[in-house]
Amino acid sequence: MHVLRPLYVVLALVVVILIARTFVVPKDFGIHERGYMYSWYRKASEEDWKNFKVKYQGRDYCKDCHGEQVQQLRTSPHAIIECENCHGPVIDHPSDPQKLPIDQGRELCLRCHTYLPYPTSKRVEIRGINPDAHNPDLECVGCHDAHRASKPK
Amino acid sequence: MNRRGFLKLSVKGLAGIALAKGLDEIVRPQEGLAAAKPVRWVFLVDTYKCIGCGFCVKACKLENGIPYEANVSRTWVERYVITKDGQVFADTPKAARDGFTTTRIDLGMGKYREIKKEEIGKAFFVPKICNQCDKPPCVQVCPVGATYQTADGVSLVDRKWCIGCGYCIMACPYGMRFFHPVYQVAEKCNFCYHRITKGINPACVLACPMSARRIGNIKNPEDPVAKVIMTQRVEVHKPEYGTNPQVYFIGLSEEVR
Repeated sequence: MHVLRPLYVVLALVVVILIARTFVVPKDFGIHERGYMYSWYRKASEEDWKNFKVKYQGRDYCKDCHGEQVQQLRTSPHAIIECENCHGPVIDHPSDPQKLPIDQGRELCLRCHTYLPYPTSKRVEIRGINPDAHNPDLECVGCHDAHRASKPK
Repeated sequence: MNRRGFLKLSVKGLAGIALAKGLDEIVRPQEGLAAAKPVRWVFLVDTYKCIGCGFCVKACKLENGIPYEANVSRTWVERYVITKDGQVFADTPKAARDGFTTTRIDLGMGKYREIKKEEIGKAFFVPKICNQCDKPPCVQVCPVGATYQTADGVSLVDRKWCIGCGYCIMACPYGMRFFHPVYQVAEKCNFCYHRITKGINPACVLACPMSARRIGNIKNPEDPVAKVIMTQRVEVHKPEYGTNPQVYFIGLSEEVR
């Protein structure tokens, strides 16, 4: 029956695809805890994400070597600011990177200390300046010590 | 010992063991619960505390390897300024990566608007982050099973499996998803899954000096964030979409979109 030949071709194709699928799709791909609608996936992908590199370590990591600076910061109004906010992510310092950059730009301080008159926000309670009027050509660290958050030296 | 005696003793013995085991479960149920330790990650944002410094955005981009100069971000901070005559201005220049260092509102297309202090009725900052919805529409639409929800409630993207069709990016009512410019796959906030599963805070939570961002486990009644969500007045974004978002806000306003 030559009219059935296309049907055989299609059936053969289906079989080939089904066989190929068992090799291509990983064993852990399927329906997991949240059911077909929300968790139809490759389980090993969870581990991929869990193994993602942690870069921000927190100030407890810093205090073993830089105890003096951490202590100084702790007793200042800047105690709420993490070391890495200004110095960048630690990653595996001191092996990688060997040195962390020290950002001494105005823009860093202005993130919080540009005066913005915003009621219903804590921002208005922070002592701020008008960056266009307050020594626009100078760097903040020339007069202010960021670790002490003190008035000008 | 005859057969009858042996059987009686066996039944008594088994009943005794079963009772002891059952009592252990009944008398100390909290231990049985603790062993299961159900986890459902939730987020709490206090918009009153946010000062718009943008350290969260900086930390997120560096922690998660989102190209720093590209105008895409897993999280951002929006500024809302509402004038006394009811006009609403909102901006988030560079996703607030460098914070808000000027009173000028970025209107887009290179236009700016200065709003005088006297004109301001209310003004505040709103940090935005993936809502890790209980019913995530972005997950439902994925045709290949590359995005999914974990048992602890976080929606993740399988970078090896994603074909980059972009359906999920269109499906999110909150605009949280984008294309990763390097990996060419869908990208989104995952509450720093690599950190929370190790017991440390997400990078944005660590970086926030005002504790405006907090993460918690809603299934643990002792969790401080869960306590706030259960006992105080909190809101979620766009509840009308039926996505059941799990990022709770203190001090949202109707102007926030």
